[in-house]
Amino acid sequence: MADVETTESDQSDAPDPRRHQPPPKYQGFKMFMRNRAAVFGAVLMIGILVVTYILPIFITDNKNEIIAEKHLAPGDEGAPLLGTDYLGRDVAIVVMNGGSTTLKVAGFAAILIVGIGASIGAAAGYYGGWVDSALMRFTEFFQVLPGLLFAIVIVALFSPTTLTIVLAIGLISWPGIARLTRGEFLRQKNLEYVKAATAIGASDRRIIIKTILPNTMPVIIVQSSLIMGAAILFEAGLAFLGLGDASNLSWGFYLGLNRASFLSNWWAVTFPGLMIFFTVLSLSLIGDGLQDAFNPKLRGR
Amino acid sequence: MAPLVEVRDLSKVFPVANKYKIHAVEHVSLEVGHGETLAVVGESGCGKSTLAYLIIRLLKATGGQILLDGTDITGLKSRAMKEHRRKMQIIFQDPFASLDPRRSVGYSVKEPMQVHGTASADEQEEQVGALFERVGLERGHLRQYPHQFSGGQRQRICIARALALEPKLVIADESVSALDVSVQAQVINLMMELQNDMGLSFLFISHDLAVVERIAHRVAVMYLGQLVELGPRSAIFENPTHSYTKRLLDAVPIADPRQRRERPLLTGEIPSPRWGPGESPKLVTMQEIEPGHFVAEE
Repeated sequence: MADVETTESDQSDAPDPRRHQPPPKYQGFKMFMRNRAAVFGAVLMIGILVVTYILPIFITDNKNEIIAEKHLAPGDEGAPLLGTDYLGRDVAIVVMNGGSTTLKVAGFAAILIVGIGASIGAAAGYYGGWVDSALMRFTEFFQVLPGLLFAIVIVALFSPTTLTIVLAIGLISWPGIARLTRGEFLRQKNLEYVKAATAIGASDRRIIIKTILPNTMPVIIVQSSLIMGAAILFEAGLAFLGLGDASNLSWGFYLGLNRASFLSNWWAVTFPGLMIFFTVLSLSLIGDGLQDAFNPKLRGR
Repeated sequence: MAPLVEVRDLSKVFPVANKYKIHAVEHVSLEVGHGETLAVVGESGCGKSTLAYLIIRLLKATGGQILLDGTDITGLKSRAMKEHRRKMQIIFQDPFASLDPRRSVGYSVKEPMQVHGTASADEQEEQVGALFERVGLERGHLRQYPHQFSGGQRQRICIARALALEPKLVIADESVSALDVSVQAQVINLMMELQNDMGLSFLFISHDLAVVERIAHRVAVMYLGQLVELGPRSAIFENPTHSYTKRLLDAVPIADPRQRRERPLLTGEIPSPRWGPGESPKLVTMQEIEPGHFVAEE
């Protein structure tokens, strides 16, 4: 053993392949690229980001203003590419502008959800005992709340702004990630590398933040992409019911506004709807791909 | 000179369902001298790993005392305990689980120094490199990750981590039993060399009597949470007195098929250490039958 080599040349003493092993650099990326659905999701997401954030830069008159007659179908004379809505606004422009609102709400909501959920789950899983019991009862309370109703109450009470919508989605969606994080902490707490950290005298805080959390990140990141998808749907649901920020038309809100005329005016609901559909689809495909990339146990399935 | 570690009447009782209790460690008293290797042997479930965890304070004892270098560390809170953790470290059984998979091995070895702020960052870097060389690895391995190493190499890394704080006592909890025999021998040689060079004391938890015979100065035999025999290596291996010690030694395979066993092999399961409400195990008393050789009465 004086001549130390890596495992490849040391077959007799090779590591057990069943154990969790993080991929060497780039192997995770390769795994992701091998998952065609995930690559499709990623390309779709890039497309959505381009339409939302880059394309508007090149459009000079990029405002949600009335530009033509109302209810012009795509292809009608004088109609813009995707037609006009019930006020005569360009559907393409409104949808393009709506993306940033929707994505902003989803992004901040996901950060809030992961922040609350991971903190509570980490504390419950790490400390165990009565801390765990108390935090889990608290979590269950939020889990059994009728989510949509609770969110409607919050948003209606505090006026529908981006902030209140983000808070409402965050408050009702964190229990899932809390339970997930708790489970990971419970599992890792009994692993020897965590015991070793205790034995060297590391503080609880250090063990939670520097030892267990980095090992939990893959699970949390995978879950975050799914959470963002769910947050988009939730925001769309609230906005469709009229609980959206009227000064920033999100896809869901715009869809709701066109609800009254959707039988005769299909294009004004279809395009924002499709954007929501493709965004959620791409996020869940990406989540799936990340799952494969981070979890070597699922490789080859 | 006072012993490095003195354990008095140490007990650990785990509550389980329906008011039943597992008496994992029952009134164990032993000491480990400076530069000495005390091996604790016994079969799976006899409480030897629990004993190790109690001494290094990964578990809280339900009774008894642990004296480390003359200080009672039994009830110390984690902040007060931190200072004493520098004096003792542990090497675990499973080299695949005992290193953080997301940290480079260099980081894992350096972490104890960071936690205790032993030296400047540059000095720590240098010390980690020196430790790697000391345990037979190369400085070039510092930036690699645990999964890139074999079991034996990982156990060397764990030894390096255990030595990072220059402890006086190293507890080896079945530290070589997950390795194959040739690698086992190398790791044991390394541990013995380190003991010579640094004057380390080892508390060596093992079920492998061949390994124990090689490394131990004294041997403690544990059965159902209690010590049944304690003595110098020669006394235990040449003059085993307690019936359990005899049976344990008989269970070591003999490499010669013509040689017959005098006594039958250990049969059946060991009794459960689980006791109902109001029940408690019968305590054994130890008798000194020759200097330093204690045997439980039967």
